[in-house]
Amino acid sequence: MQELSLNILDIAQNCISAGASLVEIDIEVFGQRQEMLEITVRDDGAGMDRRTLQRVESPFFTSRTTRKVGMGIPLFKQAAQMSGGSFSIDSRPGKGTVVKAVFDTSNIDCAPLGEVWDTVGILIQMNPDVDFVYRVKNGREVFECDTRYLKQVMEGRGLGDIAVIQWIKEYIEENQFEILKRRY
Amino acid sequence: MKSLRELQAIRDKMKASVNTREGAGEGKMRILVGMATCGIAAGARPVLNAFSEEILKRDIHDVIVSQTGCIGICQFEPVVEVIEGDKKTTYVKMDPEKVKRVVVEHVIGKNPVTEFTIGAMK
Repeated sequence: MQELSLNILDIAQNCISAGASLVEIDIEVFGQRQEMLEITVRDDGAGMDRRTLQRVESPFFTSRTTRKVGMGIPLFKQAAQMSGGSFSIDSRPGKGTVVKAVFDTSNIDCAPLGEVWDTVGILIQMNPDVDFVYRVKNGREVFECDTRYLKQVMEGRGLGDIAVIQWIKEYIEENQFEILKRRY
Repeated sequence: MKSLRELQAIRDKMKASVNTREGAGEGKMRILVGMATCGIAAGARPVLNAFSEEILKRDIHDVIVSQTGCIGICQFEPVVEVIEGDKKTTYVKMDPEKVKRVVVEHVIGKNPVTEFTIGAMK
């Protein structure tokens, strides 16, 4: 994957497949020079039992039938570890799944975060029945984009219109820059 | 800085124009972009974005852009299926530039761009 935002898109697809009704994506920067980046993807989908959880980090495990490998989780884990960061996944049947990865963005082997707004925009556009919360944190400063609230603003018209999606992407891009002060 | 007031303005504009991109999906052309790991890694996101942008720019209303999973031809990703009635065209190794031609020639002009299809690969 060229940028971490593509890994986020890929991981979030697993949440959708797990039947999630709410997917929360958090980006938090910390560290002496704000060089550490923590990405959390949390869903309230079907979750996994312990046996499945032990296997998902292997590329030779997948629940799909069109091919025999599953690269999503392994690629995300590898991206985190290559930067000197860490990766964890926690899940409970019936409760949901939390995938967390920490990146050291000062490491030359760390992929750029990239255009997360495109990822969030596409997720909202493609999944009108799923709600998404996208949060960006930097110390005390927080930006939050919650589709449950945006849907209220739209007064029942939904968020699927392409003009609305374009607006959401720009809204996230601008506000994220305000919080993070720079591109990651 | 973008504010929620702008979203309200978009909503009000939508209210004013009657049922623009809404209505039942029947009879509409469907554009499916493969968005599994293989598709995403090969560049499906900019392809999907390009379809959205072209459709918005050209004010096309009778088309649904949607996603699909992995259909088993990962080596040909990004894969796009254009479905109209019982006709299905499978485009392979797509990129945003190719999307522009597919929108102009196939979506608007109703002529599939044969050279981008899976048939042309073999």
